[in-house]
Amino acid sequence: MDTILKFENFGFKYDAQTSPTLYDINFSVKKGEKVLIAGPSGCGKSTLVHCINGLVPFSYKGKITGSLSLFGRETRDMSLFEISKHVGTVLQDSDAQFVGLTVAEDIAFALENDCVGEPELHDRVMDVAKLVNIDEFMGHAPTELSGGQKQRVSLGGVLVDDVELLIFDEPLANLDPATGKQAIELIDELQKKTGVAVIIVEHRVEDVLHRSVDRMILMDKGRIVADATPDELLSTNALIEKGVREPLYLSAMKYAGIEVTPSLRPGSIDTVVIGEAEAGKLRDWYEHAPADRKPAEAEDILDVRHLSFSYDGTRKALNDISIKIKSGEMLAIVGTNGAGKSTFSKVLCGFEHEDDGEIFFEGGDFKGFSIKERADRIGYVMQNPNQMISKIMIFDEVALGLRSRGVSEEDIKTRVEDTLKICGLWPFRNWPVSALSYGQKKRVTIAAIMVLEPKVIILDEPTAGQDYRHYTEIMEFLTELNKRGITVIMITHDMHLMLEYADRAVAFSEGRIIKDADSAAILTDSGIIERASLKETSLYELCKKAGIPDGTDFVRRFIAYEREVVRQ
Amino acid sequence: MNNLFNYIDKESPVHRLTGATKFVCLLLWNFAAMYTYDTRYLCVMAVLSFVLFAVSKIKLKEVSFMLGFTAVFVLINNVLVYVFSPQHGTEIYGTCTYLFGLSGKYAPTAEQLFYHLNYFLKYLASIPSVILFVSTTNPSEFAASLNKLGVKYTVAYSVALALRYIPDVQKEYDEISKAQQARGIEMSKKAPLMKRIKSAASILIPLILSSMDRVEIVSNAMELRSFGKNKKRTWYMGRPFKWTDIAAMIFCAFLVIVAVFLNFKNNGRFFNPFI
Repeated sequence: MDTILKFENFGFKYDAQTSPTLYDINFSVKKGEKVLIAGPSGCGKSTLVHCINGLVPFSYKGKITGSLSLFGRETRDMSLFEISKHVGTVLQDSDAQFVGLTVAEDIAFALENDCVGEPELHDRVMDVAKLVNIDEFMGHAPTELSGGQKQRVSLGGVLVDDVELLIFDEPLANLDPATGKQAIELIDELQKKTGVAVIIVEHRVEDVLHRSVDRMILMDKGRIVADATPDELLSTNALIEKGVREPLYLSAMKYAGIEVTPSLRPGSIDTVVIGEAEAGKLRDWYEHAPADRKPAEAEDILDVRHLSFSYDGTRKALNDISIKIKSGEMLAIVGTNGAGKSTFSKVLCGFEHEDDGEIFFEGGDFKGFSIKERADRIGYVMQNPNQMISKIMIFDEVALGLRSRGVSEEDIKTRVEDTLKICGLWPFRNWPVSALSYGQKKRVTIAAIMVLEPKVIILDEPTAGQDYRHYTEIMEFLTELNKRGITVIMITHDMHLMLEYADRAVAFSEGRIIKDADSAAILTDSGIIERASLKETSLYELCKKAGIPDGTDFVRRFIAYEREVVRQ
Repeated sequence: MNNLFNYIDKESPVHRLTGATKFVCLLLWNFAAMYTYDTRYLCVMAVLSFVLFAVSKIKLKEVSFMLGFTAVFVLINNVLVYVFSPQHGTEIYGTCTYLFGLSGKYAPTAEQLFYHLNYFLKYLASIPSVILFVSTTNPSEFAASLNKLGVKYTVAYSVALALRYIPDVQKEYDEISKAQQARGIEMSKKAPLMKRIKSAASILIPLILSSMDRVEIVSNAMELRSFGKNKKRTWYMGRPFKWTDIAAMIFCAFLVIVAVFLNFKNNGRFFNPFI
């Protein structure tokens, strides 16, 4: 029996919806195979995952057409529990799926439910913990673990069942670039050790392809639109057409006029062939590409001097931070979890109080300003819009800050309406918030901050979990605000965001600023990359292959080209 | 982690008892302490409580928050009892011995003060046992032993699960609250009460909504790993019952018997030194 999973003319419609979510799905997964499924948000990939692991139809009811078989048996005739003996699922949000109070209990969870007794229970948990290399943390609680460790625990929790197929639902969504890279390596390594088949569902294609996959399936609007090897698929423009970001090195090659064919092995930066002809084209493009524009001179809006802060009085979350931010800048703050990025913004907003140092806003001392007073100058937008929205109607949500400031209803009406127009929410002004998509909700939360007319706006992971289309939408909107003179500070893990939208990036590590430069300089500096838990951009590797000596300058020109030529 | 429900991991005879044993002992102990007002008995119980604390190696400093909280509560409670029924002691003990040459409704009587002493001793006999239970019982192991006592595992597990999510929810509450304050929601004591209640809603609504999302994810994660498949399950943190568990329960049952016996001997729940 070689085929593990087989879809034949499969379709699915949720009971609550009028039209099907999946149509004509045909593909199979063989023993030990590794498949990447990509597609934009709403293309049906999450539903597809639910179909494979049995949540559809056992938890989410609906109508199935066609056939889906696991080892030759129709899954709808099996039970959810039977399926889970064969198929292990690592869900997207490793924070929320952690059910045990400690690492050991979480790994043991499936065994406990299968009534495995002692001493087998403890032995098997230990074996798996060693396999995923988390055995030193058995007694730790989930809140004490890093993102990468959590991923290891969730993996351990499904591997303990000796499954034949592992599904990863957006495994990279909450991880910083370096941890994401390690996660992909870990998946690869485990697959080689255990021989399981692996399905990775992810729209960050370039990051997944860091380790080779056998096949790539591209989905759009509930259908499979391509099923090919990465080399074949990346030789087409299918990804871009369907709203999935293509690897950066590929974009650069295309800009340079290189015709990408499967024979160039474009599936990964490690395999792609840059021969004499291709290298010549790249060098030629590089020499003629527009040079980076110099940032305009402007006044400092924020001047932070020797800022230090500690939550517990011993470990410094911020250690002697000094930074000047110019009015009208678009700035990225990067670094690993716990490096101090969020703490820095919390201190700026007055949520926490600095132990030492000074903050000047437009030359005036910020000390003594309350949270509310600072909010009139610096707006803060949380990562998850659901954490901010507390009103039913969009208008009321945006008006909330003004109402609590005692602004007259008349003024509120004009100011809210103006803001809604700027934020592209005017058509929805009388809608309830719940009718909006995630990206639109994000806009509402930004509008709710913008209405207070702050000069600086801080966004925590503005594009986390968004596909390319929504990412572009949100970022273009922020660029638009930035052009109106708002200083934008973005806390992010997203290297694309840094490269494409930030004029300048500040890397944090262990409470200190370790580098303050333009994004191209940071993403090509291997020392900083390692300390800030980033990943080298594939453009840099491409330069090496093409024999271009100044990789940083190449990246700068690539960004300038994208900004000035491609995006217009 | 600064939770009210705060397990402190140590190696001691009290920690080694199973959670279920401690739970049964807690119930028996408190029944006994609540049942009788016999001063001599309560004194013994109070002393025993502190002996147990020493045995468990839990330092008073480690539970100072809970102790402080209950101390304030006991104080207020005593004051209120005095305010609302200053003659309660007299009614119970049947005599009225004014002290300090005062008289009148609110004048202190020996009976009333004795009643308050007993009242205070009751707390002293019972509160430490509750704190001790909380700080020496691993929640997962407690869930395991509840299940052994016949509680359905789905119910028992929900105890452990709730505790698992307390820190997450605390953190989220803090973040939401700060962000809402930045938008001008006044949470400080400066705002009038009604306004603060309204403000709380603007924090609770997002908190509830995002918790609902989480519930769906967790229940999926649990089902995908066979939770609910069988009628039984095993427990990683489970521990077998030992003779010490039996002994502890027998001892606590004995305490209850003594309390009941004293009830007959004293002709009621009160020990009366005034006759």
